Amino acid sequence: MLKLENLGVAVGDRLILQEINLEIKPGETHVLFGPNGSGKTTLLGTIMGFSRYRVVEGRILFKGEDITALPVNERAVRGIGIAFQRPPTLRGVLLRDVIRIASRDDVSPDALAAGLNLTDFLDREVNYGFSGGELKRSELVQLLAQNPALALLDEPESGVDLENMALIGQAINHLLEKEVAPWSDRPLREIRLGRTRSGLIITHTGYILNYVEADVGHVLYQGRLSCSGNPRELFGCIKRVGYGECIRCTF
Amino acid sequence: MAREVEEGFLLEAEAHPYIEDLETLPAEEKERLLHTGVDVTGAGRAGTFMQLDHSVVHCRSDQEGVEVLNIQEALEKYPWAREYFGRLLPLLPEERKSGKPLSGFFVRVLPGVEARYPVQASLYIGYEGLAQKVRNLVIVEEGAALDLITGCATGAFVHRGLHVGVTEIYVKKGGRLSSTMIHNWGEEVVVRPRGATLVEEGGVFLSNYVCLSGVKSLLMYPFANLVGREAVARYNTILIAPPGTKMDIGSRVNLSAPGAKAELIARAITTGGEVISRGRIVGEVAGVRGHLECRGLMLSERGRIYAVPELEALVANVELSHEAAVGKVAEEEIEYLMARGLDEDEATATIVRGFLNVQIEGLPPALQKDIDRAVAACQLGI
Repeated sequence: MLKLENLGVAVGDRLILQEINLEIKPGETHVLFGPNGSGKTTLLGTIMGFSRYRVVEGRILFKGEDITALPVNERAVRGIGIAFQRPPTLRGVLLRDVIRIASRDDVSPDALAAGLNLTDFLDREVNYGFSGGELKRSELVQLLAQNPALALLDEPESGVDLENMALIGQAINHLLEKEVAPWSDRPLREIRLGRTRSGLIITHTGYILNYVEADVGHVLYQGRLSCSGNPRELFGCIKRVGYGECIRCTF
Repeated sequence: MAREVEEGFLLEAEAHPYIEDLETLPAEEKERLLHTGVDVTGAGRAGTFMQLDHSVVHCRSDQEGVEVLNIQEALEKYPWAREYFGRLLPLLPEERKSGKPLSGFFVRVLPGVEARYPVQASLYIGYEGLAQKVRNLVIVEEGAALDLITGCATGAFVHRGLHVGVTEIYVKKGGRLSSTMIHNWGEEVVVRPRGATLVEEGGVFLSNYVCLSGVKSLLMYPFANLVGREAVARYNTILIAPPGTKMDIGSRVNLSAPGAKAELIARAITTGGEVISRGRIVGEVAGVRGHLECRGLMLSERGRIYAVPELEALVANVELSHEAAVGKVAEEEIEYLMARGLDEDEATATIVRGFLNVQIEGLPPALQKDIDRAVAACQLGI
């Protein structure tokens, strides 16, 4: 689905990511751990193609195609979607409008919003005055509308209270075909066996793992992937010894 | 015939005959009127007034209790109305000399009457180089309600002219007026509207001003005095300034009675022209509230936007605030929508449309389409 080959990324003149190699196969969910400032958001932004992230080395392959030079919307059209950690506010543009844009008028914004407790937000300006948890749900409802083959989720759990955490976990599981969405009439078994939806989830706290099953974990440390493996094992290790241990493996 | 008198503009124009049926106007003129919210069929309107140059060519009311008259006739018919004339705004030199108002519209809604449809008034310059001067008076009596659409435009073949419009508005106790003014001028037209409104207890005054096309120079600074308790005023202003256009536009509200409330919202876009966007709220007594919002979008490397929000408190217990922001469309916002699948131009257009989306109450659908069209045209300038 996604393959990063020896990727190096700079913001301005500063090199943020180096020698990133990563492969996500169809149907896999990966999580990305790492301390603040390690480059996690930069990695997601680079995959999406945001202009402030400049690829200085390597390439990005999506479904076998080199997309390194493609603009953001071309990547979206090919099936990459992102949930922002801190999305911008668009004054005068309603959440309903953005859901329509993301789904190409294919689904009813009302049905999607109801599932994420966002009915009252549909006719509000997108992200304007939204609380932390509301922002996360707003991002997810847009992604559900877009229904991307690869979902990039930047800290979907930060700022979310317990009650809404389950809601968000459920939405991610619908997005990644791990649970049957209420609007789908396909049996769960068929969805599981034929699952192709993939995900890359940034988590700072690891909390999301209580709600979403992940297949592979990675640790990003000072702009390099220091290790990969079973996500729960990795997270357990980080909890015990912290990221300080990573320095031994990174350099 | 016309002769040259003031600032190079012609002061006199030949008189035009009364037009019984406005639908007999040439198609291109009707189209221009429609762009200012004026529908010549009169469908869905409670009354229609049209002044061409200095002549009132059409004047009609379609609802009992809603009066639409030439102001000169109105002051003869109602001697009491003289005390409203020139009370909020000084007389023009011509009026001082003759003791009579210039021509213009008189719209009055009788006490307790709600106009079912908007009243439309058109002030039209059809003569190249003419100075059109207009005096208007609007009275919304106690408990009455009115939507007023004023469309000002130059004829399809008029490029140069001067428009001076003086409008005095009275919203009596518990009355409600929504006044939408839409301008569509020629590129060499100089425009100097003056507006003043007095709002009594519990009265509501909503003012919408829209100018989406080029004009040589547009200068206006209308004000509202909220003299009654719980009176409300709200000004929405939407401007697009193409290259060669100078706009200096603001509004002022004086909160002079407890519980009075004002909101001033301005959205300005330049594609190369100059916009000065002013706003001023004065809190004169305790227990009043006001908010001012000045936002400007630069869609061109050239042009200028100068936002001047002003707040003045004369007593301690007032709540006045403002926000002002001027800049270009943020890259981050464009990419946000691109990540949802829009290309760069579509994303920018969506953001600009959102910027202009002030959600004007009672805006005619034709005008909303006009705004969309103007926004689309703006894209060419990016």
